[in-house]
Formats: sequence, C-alpha cells, structure tokens
Amino acid sequence: MSSALAAALAPLADIAASPRFFLEVLIGGVAAGLLYSLVALGFVLIFKASGVFNFAQGVMVLFAALTLVGLMERGVPVGAALVLTAATMVVLAVGIERVVLRPLVNQPPIILFMATIGLTFFLEGFGEMLWGSNVKKLDVGIPDESFQVAGILVNKLELSAAVTAGVLVAVLAVFFHGTRIGRALRAVADDHEAALSIGIPLRTIWVIVWSVAGLVAIVAGIMWGAKSGVQFSLSLIALKALPVLILGGFTSVPGAIVGGLIIGTGEKVAEVYWGPLVGGAIENWFAYVVALAFLLVRPQGLFGEKIIERV
Amino acid sequence: MIYREAGQFKTTYAADQAIFPIAQDKVVVTLAVVAAFVVPTAVAGDYWLQAVLIPFLVYAMAALGLNLLTGYAGQLSLGTGGFMAVGAYAAFKLATAFPALNIVVVFLLAGLVTAAVGLLFGVPSLRIKGFYLAVATLAAQFFLIWLFNKVPWFVNYAPSGTITAPDRALFGVLVTGPNATAQARYVFALALVTVFALAAKNLVRGRVGRAWMAIRDRDIAAEIIGIRPLPTKLLAFGVSSFYCGIAGAELVFLYLGSAETLAFDINQSFLVLFMIIIGGLGSILGSFLGAAFIVLVPIFLTNLPHLLGIAISTALRKQIELMIFGGLILFFLVVEPHGLARLWQITKEKLRLWPFPH
Repeated sequence: MSSALAAALAPLADIAASPRFFLEVLIGGVAAGLLYSLVALGFVLIFKASGVFNFAQGVMVLFAALTLVGLMERGVPVGAALVLTAATMVVLAVGIERVVLRPLVNQPPIILFMATIGLTFFLEGFGEMLWGSNVKKLDVGIPDESFQVAGILVNKLELSAAVTAGVLVAVLAVFFHGTRIGRALRAVADDHEAALSIGIPLRTIWVIVWSVAGLVAIVAGIMWGAKSGVQFSLSLIALKALPVLILGGFTSVPGAIVGGLIIGTGEKVAEVYWGPLVGGAIENWFAYVVALAFLLVRPQGLFGEKIIERV
Repeated sequence: MIYREAGQFKTTYAADQAIFPIAQDKVVVTLAVVAAFVVPTAVAGDYWLQAVLIPFLVYAMAALGLNLLTGYAGQLSLGTGGFMAVGAYAAFKLATAFPALNIVVVFLLAGLVTAAVGLLFGVPSLRIKGFYLAVATLAAQFFLIWLFNKVPWFVNYAPSGTITAPDRALFGVLVTGPNATAQARYVFALALVTVFALAAKNLVRGRVGRAWMAIRDRDIAAEIIGIRPLPTKLLAFGVSSFYCGIAGAELVFLYLGSAETLAFDINQSFLVLFMIIIGGLGSILGSFLGAAFIVLVPIFLTNLPHLLGIAISTALRKQIELMIFGGLILFFLVVEPHGLARLWQITKEKLRLWPFPH
C-alpha cells in the first residue's frame, strides 16, 4: 500500500523538479478549459432564461462550425460567411422555439432535457447531410503556432481563444446588465410568471436567448475548429461542458468560466502526471469523476444558486 | 365485438388483480409468446434471426432495465452502455474462468455483478436528481469503458482487446459461441426475455413498483407516506443494472459473438434511452415496442432505397437515420409523451367499444 502511495505522490516531485514544464501544461489546460467554458456559457444562458438544460449546445457548436466551413469552402468570404452563419443560428433558434419549446411548455424539465437529446441527433444528422461528414480544416487567419514568453511556449491560437472568451464574457455582462433586453432576460430567469405578468413576451425572450446561445456556439465552434478541425468528435468534446457546469453551477456565467478552467487544467495535469500510472487516457473520464465527487459535496456548484430541496 | 369483456365476472381479488384481467388479453398474449417461440425458429431464415430478431430481444432486455429505472423510478441514466459492458465482461470472465458453470448461472451472476456496480453509481442519486444525475451516470459510462479498455485482465490478456463468446451448451444444445445456430441463440434469448419481462411486470405491479412510481412522481410526498428514498432508489439502480448487465452479456454471447468496448459506447446509452421514450416511459410493453422500432428503422432505411431503386450512400443513410431518430424523439415527446405503448392502449380502448362507439 505504501508503495502505491509513493507512486501516486511521485508526480508531485516531478512538478517540483520542473516548474517550467508544469506551467506549460497548465497553460495548455487553461486553453482547453476556456474552450469548455465557451460551450458551457451557451448552456448557462439557456438554462438561466428558460430552465431548459440544453443538451444540444455541443451539437450547436458543431453545426455552427460546419455551416461556417461549408460556406467558406463554397467560396464565400470569411466576413460574409460569419454573417450567414449567425443568421442560420438565429433561424435555428426561431425554429427550435416553434417546434420544440412552444409545444412542450409546462412539461417537466426532464422531458425538455430529453427533447434536446432528440434535437442533438437531429442537428447532427442534418448538419452532416448539408455539409458532409469528413474532417474539415477551419482557417480563420489565426496561425496555430507558438512563441516564447519568458521561456515558456505560448500558442497564438490559444491566446486568441482566451482573449475572445474574455471579450465575450464582458460583452454578455454588458448585454445582461446594461440593455433593456438583458433586463428582460434576467427577469425571465428569476420568475417566468412574474415576468409574463409585467408584459415581457416570453416567446421572444426565448428566441433571443437561444440566438445568443447560437452566437456563442459560433465562437466556440471557430475556436475548437481552428484547433482540432471541424468534425463529429466536436460534439463529444462538448459533453465535457456538463462537468464544467456542475462545477461552476448551472446558473452562473462566471461559474462557467471558472469551472471550465478548473476542469481544463485539472484534466491536463492529471493526464500528464498521473495518467501514465494507470495506462493513460484518463482525460476521457477525469472531468466526470471530479464532477461526480463534487456533486456529493456541493450539488449547487461553486457559484450556483443554492437549491433548498431535499431529495 | 371480438374484444369485449362483458360477462367476465371477477369473483376473487386474485382474479381482479391478474396481469391480464380480460380473457382475450390472456389468450392473445399466451398465443403470441408461444408463436414467438415456434414460428421464427421454424420459418425465419438466418438473416431475420441474426439481423432483426436477436438484436430486438437483446435491446428489449436493455430497454426493460432502463425503463425500470427511468420510466418507473424516474432516475435518468445515461450510463446504460457502461452497465451493459459490465455485464458482458463479467459474463466473459465467468464463462472462461469456470468452463463447467451453466451458462444461465453465468448470465445471472453477470447480472448480479452489474447490479453491484449499478448500486455503486446509484449512490449519488440520493443527493441529486434530474440532469445532475444524468451527468453522474455519464461518469459511469466513460469510466467503465476506459477501465475495460485499459485493464488487459478483463479480456484475458487477448492482444486484440476483444472478448469472444465461448461455446456453451444448454440441455445438450449449443446456445452461445460461434458454432451455435441462430435458432438456438434466438430461443435462448427469447426465454430469458420472457422470464425477465414477466418478473419486471410483477415487480412494477407490486409494492416495489408502487414505491418507485411514488418516488418518481413526488419524492417528498413519497417520503412522507413512509417510503424510504434510500433503499427504494438504490433498489431501482440495482434491478435496472441487473437487467442491463444481462442484456450486455446477451449482446456479446448471443448476438455479436465477439466485441470490444466500442460496442458499448455512449451512443448505445442514447439508443436505449430512445427506445424507452419512443416505446413509452413506464411501460413494460413499451420497452418491447421501442426496441422493435429502433432495431427496425435502420434495416428499413437500408432496404427501402433498394426497393425503390435509388442508390444512397452509407454516409447519407447514417445521417438520415440520425435525423429520423432525433425527429421522432421530438415528435413523440410533443405529440405522444407516453409513446407507442399509449397508442396501443388507445387502440384497445377504441376496440372495446367497436363497432358501437356510443
């Protein structure tokens, strides 16, 4: 037993021996974590405004990226392709509100959750039918190369992802707190019925919030796509946003970001240092097990609203 | 006229509480079960048995298991694939380690092992519910698959990383393994499913099932009327995993013959979830209808273009399949949340009044 303990602690010595490498691992983790955060952000927006746990957010990321790449492959310039993709996501939001949300209003959340699983499969098939299922290279003009800062390798792409995520969160914060629509969104999030009774159009709000989530999905799609190509596995990577949400709390935008960072760095560090001990590839489940453990201690997440409910 | 219960008087509580209180139901179901044993074995070719009927029975078993947990006890699980893998690998290890062990015992033990694993991953359900629980079961899915991939002991150190069903006989007839006939495997699978479907039906009619449904409908109210959530939920996880484990063992031993962990990935979990949504949440019959539906749609899509004389690529077919599955889930949740089983029930009610509906 003590030898097992020693083996489990040995990586700590490695970390102490080479702090520079550890920092690079950490930065890689932060970059991956930010991408998780971007996906999780879309979840949080929708969950806050409509109480729907949108399992399809990951596929919306894939769909957005596929649309963008598909348009660019057909010779549409980057700017126009972006606008068209954004328009597609808005149309998609309207469609989802019409076909899924409106008929299912007042159903238990679990039914809505399963409906979004159905949506996931539909969008996946639809996106691949429209644009083909082969792996595509997404090139938005950000080179995937590294440069040195104080002797530490930093990837330009990851840096721009970090900046984009920061800007996006700031814009969303301003949107939520400074605009009329943002106030309406927060009102809906607080209490559907009260919001309705003071004249906030619930359906419009839902369309807006799903559109915003769609736009966030485009950003996430671009970042993931530029990093690892646009392909089906994108939607699986997006499943990782679920543990991020559990960690950060379902209702908190900063929680999504912090949760993403913790999961991203945690799994990278665990993979690099502890992975070899058990045969590697623990990245696949590490996040979920962390989330599982976290659930038992603090079910509402780091920043989520405390749910006073006994199970 | 045919389906009428007039004149069938119940004189005992036992008769009133029977599974099929209407005589016609009893006759039809008995005939259907007998026919299921006799007709396909005599008539159906190997293609039908191997590609349609055996997977249908295997998935019906898995759907039964998930329906007990999600449909009756209200605990959403996305770890079905992982639990099926536990059953399959446990059965493989047991069958190869104890070659003399009866194959039925192997299956039952594999189910028990899976039940134990299910209990372990069911523990979080005591604190969390809904989609939080769904994420917790995702942890089970990914962790278990990783475990079977990484530990060579589970595959008896086979370099290919696959498990292969050994030849095992029951009453002198080979029922598993590469040399067993499709007929034998079909009858074996059918016998298992029949027994366990009957067990499930009785389970949900009795005290246990009522406790599950009470927990599903309102956990706090259930606790107040004296149902203890802890044992009830854990029992649901245990029993459900038992069924899923046997389904996993069947998948390898009776259907695929050999498999690696890829056969139990997350898509398998979704597939079984789709079966119970389309078939009907909280319905034993629904598990069968849903399984039949999900097994038949891809086959239908494969053969339809041939019949119509259009050539479509495999990729396109896969995509259309995804769209149809997704679309159907939405359709059923919106239009008929109780699934195919409810449609069947409506038909029966209509039939009772036919041909004089007023």
